[in-house]
Amino acid sequence: MITLQWLYALAGAMFAAIALLSVADRSNPKRFGNAAFWGLMALSLLAGDRIGDFGNGLLVLGLAGLAGFGFIGRSHPSTTSDEERVRWSERLGNKLFLPALIIPATALIGTLFYNYTAIGEYGWFEAKRETYMFLGLGVLLAIAAIFLWLRPPALAPLQEGRRLIDAIGWAAVLPQMLAALGVLFAAAGVGTIIGELTQSVIPRGSIFLTVVVFGLGMAIFTMIMGNAFAAFPVMATAIGVPLLIQGYGGDAAVIGAVGMLAGFCGTLMTPMAANFNLVPAALLELKDQYGVVKVQIATALPLLAVNILIIYVAGFHL
Amino acid sequence: MTNYWPLLGILLVVAGFALRLNPMLVVTAAAIVTGLLAGMDIVEVISTFGKAFNDNRIIAIVWIVLPVIGLLERHGLQQRAATLIRGFKKATTGKLLIFYLAYRQITAAIGLHSTAGHPQTVRPLVAPMALAAAEKQHGELDEETAETVKAYSAGTDNVGLFFGEDIFFAIGSIVLIQQTLATYGYNLAPLHLAVWAIPTAIFAFMIHGTRLVLLDRRLARRRGPVPPIAQTAEVGE
Repeated sequence: MITLQWLYALAGAMFAAIALLSVADRSNPKRFGNAAFWGLMALSLLAGDRIGDFGNGLLVLGLAGLAGFGFIGRSHPSTTSDEERVRWSERLGNKLFLPALIIPATALIGTLFYNYTAIGEYGWFEAKRETYMFLGLGVLLAIAAIFLWLRPPALAPLQEGRRLIDAIGWAAVLPQMLAALGVLFAAAGVGTIIGELTQSVIPRGSIFLTVVVFGLGMAIFTMIMGNAFAAFPVMATAIGVPLLIQGYGGDAAVIGAVGMLAGFCGTLMTPMAANFNLVPAALLELKDQYGVVKVQIATALPLLAVNILIIYVAGFHL
Repeated sequence: MTNYWPLLGILLVVAGFALRLNPMLVVTAAAIVTGLLAGMDIVEVISTFGKAFNDNRIIAIVWIVLPVIGLLERHGLQQRAATLIRGFKKATTGKLLIFYLAYRQITAAIGLHSTAGHPQTVRPLVAPMALAAAEKQHGELDEETAETVKAYSAGTDNVGLFFGEDIFFAIGSIVLIQQTLATYGYNLAPLHLAVWAIPTAIFAFMIHGTRLVLLDRRLARRRGPVPPIAQTAEVGE
């Protein structure tokens, strides 16, 4: 069976190659820092299960130190110029989209086939992870197609990959760091404390105000944790179940489902949700790393109000 | 008596992000401080942090698409995406992003949420197309306008994903809601929960769609009138 380990190995091999290419890049004054940083990522992906929890901890401290004290910097691997790119795009025309579509198409069609035909019954892939497997397959197919068609230099995929990952820099690793921070917050009992504090601000007897505190609490705690998944059990335990469902007899499905969506409104408004908000800012080379968060606020706030109203109306009056 | 000290970790994160310190250091410092304040020793803190990092490696998988995106950019993919949009006379940034919003919501709603995303679709296709459409509406873009258009491209992907995926009943968040409520004796079918994601999905489309229409108006309005001298100069040639 193909498991996630295979994908970790693929990604690990890519980061290892990027680390080696970084060392060889004499044009980058921070080449050793970059090599160490991507080398540690390779080590994590290739051998994370063998170096122990403390070993992984030291690895993370190494990543944070390299990134935080300015040891990594953007590289400029040789690539085509803007003029060359315009010429290529004119020569190749819209066929250029085909390789780009291989990845989403493989993931989409593969997932559908795997789940809705008998193929899935063979159990080729680790359960519930099949989309990732097809993503990996799509990447390999796309690279093969590009090589057959355009015959780029052999190292081009890795050098172009290095160009992009160096442009993203430490933001590529931050989401994983934040997920780990969430685990520590939970272990330290932050959830329980927040739950108690929220409960203490609720005025007794008003369903509407309790719903408001529940919705706002979901959004704000999600902003703190960067993840509605961490906020939901806390808010459900503090307010959702004891007050809204058991106390006031609200509809459990509405309170659960729309409560989670109120949390998602918080996700749109926080830099803590780095993979959604900071990574794209780096990926699109925005000057303002909070640029994405800023444009999302005006969607998130009205939608949060709507979610609170849906909980109130559908949860208690339908 | 509750120990409120671990909240200091949150304060550190908020202050660190507000001061724009390097987030990698902020997060690491907050993790260590929070763990120590909760009574762990330093080895335990580092081990817990390391284990959690290792358990979340799936987040790093998505970067395997970068070599493909880079190779295609090398051959002019972004330029091609822009050319394609310039060819559609009526394409505007807002219309394009509304279309992508609907596409993202619908594909996420049928469980295909991992098939699109910032590295896979936004950087190589959606953002360059949105920029090209904006240039058609607005003339040459100043840096601030280009930043706004790019930020809207990313934001539209997020809104579409968040308020589409929960309609798919076999997704993590639905399972989490179900499990949490089940511990209190409320056994709900995942489908029953997923149905309640639909009203919010519709409102999300309307609210964000309205903002995209307004973005179009702003892009059209900011276009300065064509200077008459430039026009005569062109005729003269």
